[in-house]
Amino acid sequence: MKVAITKVGKDFKQNGSDKIRALDEITLTIQEGDFACLLGPSGCGKSTLLNIIAGLDVPDQGTLTIDGQEITGAGPERGMVFQEAALFPWLTVRQNVEFGLKMAGIGKKERHEKALHYLQMVHLGRFTESYPHQLSGGMKQRVAIARALVMDPKILLMDEPFAALDAQTRSILHTELQEIWSKTGKTIIFVTHNVSEAVLLGNHIFVFSSRPGRIKKDFRLDFQGPRSEGDSRLLATQKQIMKVLREEIEKVAREELEQGAVPLTKTVLSSSRFGT
Amino acid sequence: MVVLKKIVFFAFLVGLWEIMFRLAIWNPVMFPSPFSVWETMVQGFRDGSFPVAIGVSMKRILVGYIISILIGIPLGILVGRVKLLDETVGSIILGLQTLPSICWLPLAILWFGLSEKSIIFIVIIGALFSIALATEAGVKNVPPLYLRAASTLGARGMALYIQIILPAALPSIITGMKLGWSFAWRSLMAGELLASGLGLGYVLMMGRDLADMSQVIAVMIIIALLGLLIDRLVFARLEQGIRRRWGLA
Repeated sequence: MKVAITKVGKDFKQNGSDKIRALDEITLTIQEGDFACLLGPSGCGKSTLLNIIAGLDVPDQGTLTIDGQEITGAGPERGMVFQEAALFPWLTVRQNVEFGLKMAGIGKKERHEKALHYLQMVHLGRFTESYPHQLSGGMKQRVAIARALVMDPKILLMDEPFAALDAQTRSILHTELQEIWSKTGKTIIFVTHNVSEAVLLGNHIFVFSSRPGRIKKDFRLDFQGPRSEGDSRLLATQKQIMKVLREEIEKVAREELEQGAVPLTKTVLSSSRFGT
Repeated sequence: MVVLKKIVFFAFLVGLWEIMFRLAIWNPVMFPSPFSVWETMVQGFRDGSFPVAIGVSMKRILVGYIISILIGIPLGILVGRVKLLDETVGSIILGLQTLPSICWLPLAILWFGLSEKSIIFIVIIGALFSIALATEAGVKNVPPLYLRAASTLGARGMALYIQIILPAALPSIITGMKLGWSFAWRSLMAGELLASGLGLGYVLMMGRDLADMSQVIAVMIIIALLGLLIDRLVFARLEQGIRRRWGLA
């Protein structure tokens, strides 16, 4: 389940003819069982790269392979969790989790059992018959995680999945995601703009620069055992990352000021909290 | 409490009607009393002419309406999803929607003769376009995120339409069906008034020919009540069910 990305590039059209280089010469390798974080300011193309890995977007240049196989289109072997839970409001929690299994033509009984197993894993065993609107934001995101995991994907892709949650809920879900990772040993690719989240969860962190989106530096955080926020080893890496990111954030802020946009983007706000 | 308010309100309306009648401003032939309308109503139900007329009209509208749903929903989905159809057929649908369906009657009579088919055709045309337009709007408003999520879960092709696009567009489709029903009802009455044989519109027209305004008003009341009843029994419940499920209510 090695993910190999070679010289991937992507342009976006803006105002008709103007092209913006979203991704430029991205080359990286993610090993099986890695928890990879794609970290960078908003607009650096990290979500675009994740969408390309998911098969929801097509690169303009370069190749992507998973275990040597080229990616063509979306598929259930790459489970995706979006920033918004993207649950289907007309289905119950259980039916949402079963959706992919149903598409794969799996029988009712097996669907039921699997869905329940993963809903229990995310501590929602009692909410199987609820509708999405009856759940809180954190619960919805847990259902989305169960919905992706139930397909037993090779890779779990997560696009800022906790960004819209309050700090308390986010912290709980961090712990749960760490447990899921150690329990299932899945390869996870996690997009975030939050440095402390990246160092808390990831063991391989790719820091992006923006416009064009490039990988500026990557960090490995290979130490065993459960991590907690405020761990001195995490803070050390966090400081290093912040130093790399600072220039980027300032560059983005300056550009946005010049364009007359609101300067306090979510990136600047949330990242500056971890300033040194 | 709400029921009581309604009863008082309707009693007030009937009272006002009776007073107007007693004041004898208009000729009683032109302006019948509530009592004589009531009598006509009872009489019509007793001799079976009203139930037969209701039955004939309901059959026509059901056949026409179901056909218009069967054509309208797929048409709306296609126009909503296929760009070429949107740019071509889409504009025609919008144009035809603005045309009152009774305008089709001369052509319908030419094509189908003065028969059931003509009236059912008018009913189909009446409901078809509003159902197709609402379906199209619903399909176009399906959040792309649902489609992306579904495709990462392995849904593609027809499954994407049946499992995602159709249910996601359902609230809008129901609204279109409700609108379509009232258009179908109007088209049916217009068709029956002008065309032929039995049906509520025909009984109403007969009342006019016999200068029996009690009958005209009685049939008008039946038409309004039937429309209200079906809205309450079918569409209001459907809408409520969906709103509750989606968490909109």
